[in-house]
Amino acid sequence: MSNHLLEVNNLKTSFFIPAGEVKAVDDVSFTLDKGEVLGIVGESGSGKSVTAYSIMQILSKPGEIVGGSVKFDNQELVGMSEAQLRKIRGAKISIIFQDPMTSLNPVYTVGNQIDEAIKLHTNLKGDQVHKKTIEILTQVGVNDPEKRAKQYPFEFSGGMLQRVMIAMALVCEPDILIADEPTTALDVTIQAQIMELMRELQKKLGMSIILITHDLGVVADMCDKIQVMYAGKIVERGTAKEIFYNPKHEYTKGLLKSIPSTQNKKKLIPIQGNPIDLLNIPKGCAFSPRCEQCMKICLEQYPAVKVFSETQQASCWMNVFKELKGSGTVE
Amino acid sequence: MNKKMLNYILKRFLLALFTIWIVITITFFIMHAVPGGPFLSEKAASPETTAALQAKYGLDKPILEQYFNYLSGVIKFDFGPSLKYKGITVTELIVTGFKTSAFIGGIAALIAILIGVFLGSIAAVNHKTKLDQAIMFFSTAFVALPSFITASILLLVFCVKLQWFPANGLTTKGLILPIISLSLSPMSYITRLTRSSTLDVMGQDYIRTAKAKGVNYWVIIFKHSLRNALTPVITYIGPMLASVLTGSLVVEKIFTVAGIGKYFVSSIVNRDYMMIMGTTIFLTTIVIIMLFLTDIMYKIVNPRVDLE
Ligand SMILES: Nc1ncnc2c1ncn2[C@@H]1O[C@H](COP(=O)(O)OP(=O)(O)OP(=O)(O)O)[C@@H](O)[C@H]1O
Ligand SMILES: [Mg+2]
Repeated sequence: MSNHLLEVNNLKTSFFIPAGEVKAVDDVSFTLDKGEVLGIVGESGSGKSVTAYSIMQILSKPGEIVGGSVKFDNQELVGMSEAQLRKIRGAKISIIFQDPMTSLNPVYTVGNQIDEAIKLHTNLKGDQVHKKTIEILTQVGVNDPEKRAKQYPFEFSGGMLQRVMIAMALVCEPDILIADEPTTALDVTIQAQIMELMRELQKKLGMSIILITHDLGVVADMCDKIQVMYAGKIVERGTAKEIFYNPKHEYTKGLLKSIPSTQNKKKLIPIQGNPIDLLNIPKGCAFSPRCEQCMKICLEQYPAVKVFSETQQASCWMNVFKELKGSGTVE
Repeated sequence: MNKKMLNYILKRFLLALFTIWIVITITFFIMHAVPGGPFLSEKAASPETTAALQAKYGLDKPILEQYFNYLSGVIKFDFGPSLKYKGITVTELIVTGFKTSAFIGGIAALIAILIGVFLGSIAAVNHKTKLDQAIMFFSTAFVALPSFITASILLLVFCVKLQWFPANGLTTKGLILPIISLSLSPMSYITRLTRSSTLDVMGQDYIRTAKAKGVNYWVIIFKHSLRNALTPVITYIGPMLASVLTGSLVVEKIFTVAGIGKYFVSSIVNRDYMMIMGTTIFLTTIVIIMLFLTDIMYKIVNPRVDLE
């Protein structure tokens, strides 16, 4: 028995394509507690969405979980029957996606789609369902909800649709909300509004959130802890404070330098090179071909996890190197 | 149904009426421009007889007057007398023939839609399996075959060689083969259409959303996917009905079915101008009405379509 709400252990998810096995998520472990907000950060293709879909068990072919476990409330989700999973999806764990414009069914009204979620997971009937839909739409800040509920997705703006998605995800009061880059497809001003809404709802409802993003700046003030992903692995994890003020992995440092900021006028430094080709992962550290501090050992051996505090860990040879240098073993 | 929708239907309806009027006008003037007339075929009719006949059918009047007379008749569904069958109106002939044609055409269309959508969905759900490949093989083979070829082959195999069916469509049993001939090609086309659009829809983000919400697999197929996947099929229904009806002209001839096709073909041979005009206008009107209904249906299943 563990007292974590969600516990992911050694999760491995691969896509089997003609060119070979793409290890999109490779030996990922983490936990999430009640009311906690976890940020998952990484560049495009680092395996953030695949991690989320693996938790919900909604991978589509040719994707497949090849190892590890996902425990929610001490129930194993990997290998659970579809019938049981359906009772968890949308009721206990909900997800919202990157592009709200394509994530709602174009031929049903917004109200109909929220009603559907309510009917699936509660005993409410008829008028009560409709009332609940209107109530949740009001809560996420949709004006004139009676009229809006009767409209189709194409009659909404992107920001409004994301509010609808949030409403639909939260209407059954799940324990966990997974937000997969909820603001990436939206305008900057709208992004801030959506983040504000999520923050507010989290305070009110107290659910746990897994907040996926490729922009560390967005998750900063909302997350209790953050984990950084690269090429399907978690390369560093820590509290938001640790990650921001004391990053230990060269990749995390690179990500921090590439945050666009309105306050400091310092130049943005994007990380050099292209994201990794998952079919050709280097023998050593996957980040080594792009790392400015790359050493010989980085090319040959995967760095062991180094623990810095109860909360912070990183897998980067630089830390080992610094330690050795400090003790006078290396020049 | 909102005001915008009613407005759209009204607009589309008026446009359909306008198109029908254009068809009537063009048909009328072309028929009158063609040299020769129904009474020329009768050998050596005296000028007096011809004049008398022309006067009887109003053919001696100025052309514009004839046109307006004809038009006001058509509005009342009166296409005038047949020039060949004495004492019978064109309308009566059309109604008699069309009853049979609409019957076999309607059943053929219904079979094509139901079986086509069913097979297409089955193929998509079983994507890349043997079943999918088999369905694709047959639908590819049949889609290109025009109905008169299918009809000839069926006639040869089942009527002549095996003698399972009568070679004429005068009995109900005799209508089975014409119906199959008419439905095979559109059915195959609908199968392919449904399959490819279902595959496309199943990969859409909103299907993933439905799954993440806890929706059951079959509800995903029938509620979330099928309605989106059917949009291209609905667009095809109008043209299909048109093709089933025109296709029936030849199929009816092959199986000797007493449908509108038979009357149409013989009216051309007989130079029965009133009958040719009436049938042409009637069939085009049917096609226009089909397209009109298709547009409305399309709009109902697919709210994204702009109403402007
Ligand atoms: N359907 C698929 N077929 C093959 N490979 C896939 C598929 N989906 C994902 N992958 C592989 O998994 C890797 C991780 O994908 P994932 O969608 O998790 O990235 P991400 O971190 O969410 O990136 P983004 O910020 O672009 O959303 C990709 O690089 C890709 O190689
Ligand atoms: Mg993603």
